Amino acid sequence: MATLTEVNSKIAESDSTLNNDEILRYSRHLIMPEVGMAGQQKLKAAKVLCIGAGGLGSPLALYLTAAGVGTLGLVDFDVVDYTNLQRQIIHTTADVGRKKLDSAVDKLKAINPFVKLKTFDARLSSANALELFRDFDFIADGTDNFPTRYLVNDACVLTGKPNIYGSIFRFEGQASVFATENGPCYRCLYPEPPPPGLVPSCAEGGVLGILPGLVGVIQATETIKMILGQGDPLIGRLLLVDALGMKFRELKLRKNPDCPACGTHRTITELIDYDQFCGIRGGEASTATEGTMSEISVEGLKKKLDNKEDIFILDVREPHEYQICNLNGHLIPLGDLPKRVGELDSSREIVAHCKMGGRSAKAVTFLQQSGFKKVSNLTGGITAWAERVDPKMPKY
Amino acid sequence: MPQIQIPSPLRQYSGKQSTVDVAGDTVGEALTGLITQHPELKRHLYNEDGKLRAFVNVYVNDEDMRYLQKEATTLKDGDTISIVPSIAGGRGSAPSILR
Repeated sequence: MATLTEVNSKIAESDSTLNNDEILRYSRHLIMPEVGMAGQQKLKAAKVLCIGAGGLGSPLALYLTAAGVGTLGLVDFDVVDYTNLQRQIIHTTADVGRKKLDSAVDKLKAINPFVKLKTFDARLSSANALELFRDFDFIADGTDNFPTRYLVNDACVLTGKPNIYGSIFRFEGQASVFATENGPCYRCLYPEPPPPGLVPSCAEGGVLGILPGLVGVIQATETIKMILGQGDPLIGRLLLVDALGMKFRELKLRKNPDCPACGTHRTITELIDYDQFCGIRGGEASTATEGTMSEISVEGLKKKLDNKEDIFILDVREPHEYQICNLNGHLIPLGDLPKRVGELDSSREIVAHCKMGGRSAKAVTFLQQSGFKKVSNLTGGITAWAERVDPKMPKY
Repeated sequence: MPQIQIPSPLRQYSGKQSTVDVAGDTVGEALTGLITQHPELKRHLYNEDGKLRAFVNVYVNDEDMRYLQKEATTLKDGDTISIVPSIAGGRGSAPSILR
């Protein structure tokens, strides 16, 4: 694992001479002793990978680009939608429907043409993370879900890259710097994620639009300090931001000697299946009442749909059955459910169905054990629907 | 009297209060006092075996109680206990539906 000093000296060695345009552009940095020419050259030589071009990624990428970070990588697979615009300030109304990467690159190029932008149009995964991280000095984590958080952390520990962390919920945020050589990692703080459904989601709870701005700028600040080797980075400290109370608090973080990722006897020596890690967990059994199956009749479901209630229909049959007839449900065959449970939003009311109700009953039990609370089984399955609600639907 | 800071994801179970004053000489007693006042918080903080959940950290002032005497950590007047659960950003703990 490279030490920070090594990373910094490696940065300093590479060619990062500034031309006259750059000198003018960065003049407010150059006249500060904490940055100066040497610091600006470190920035130019630095390679930072931003995970996500969303709420946190917007201010991160904008400020790192403006500051003159030489190489900025962006990983995102998503498309801009209207609900993003309230906080993801790198994207504009005209970008709705475009790839977030394309939209972000336009703005970043416009801000600073001297920055090399490397885009990765992919979902960060156990298959690509290590290779991706190797080409960068620092990883700025702007993700919005637990599986990717743990993936980013573990990949940072395995590759020895500092993890500039930020996280938000409603009007509260957290920031820290993890996975430096002697500092704690995210798993030292939180060895395991919560089971789905136990903590309300942001889709349910919302998020104050400025909050990712506040936290993302803190991440950008920490990234720049780490590159410059200046100041006191948030290593071993968790910064808590409460935008409503406008209070900043700081908690001490310690490297946990028993940490599975970075401890003395580490058990995580390669990347794992993070959806599974976050979706199904031993130890923390479900809070759902076991042995009671929540059932809904086809008439009950029809009524809810007619009332435009927010119902998520989960179809656990096989794809070929889906082709015969379906209720426009989200198809996850029962056998795939454990590894695809991450596709489900536990804050929504889920009705599971199959052909007759047998497989979906198993799905409901599984989801309840995984922490889902608002999930019920469609009694009689799609066959009952065809018999009693929609006689035009084929039966098979 | 020690004060417990409730993080926003859990405030819906604490009657919307951001801080709760509780009696107790130790962290364990204070937390017991908290879930007595707000029973709904119990299943969010503790698992079925009565152990604090792995994604909930408890701090006494700025120190993680795991590195003090855990639930047996004694409290002084004016101490602040913070419950700090993990949060994951845009979508909280619930992974998103596929787009």
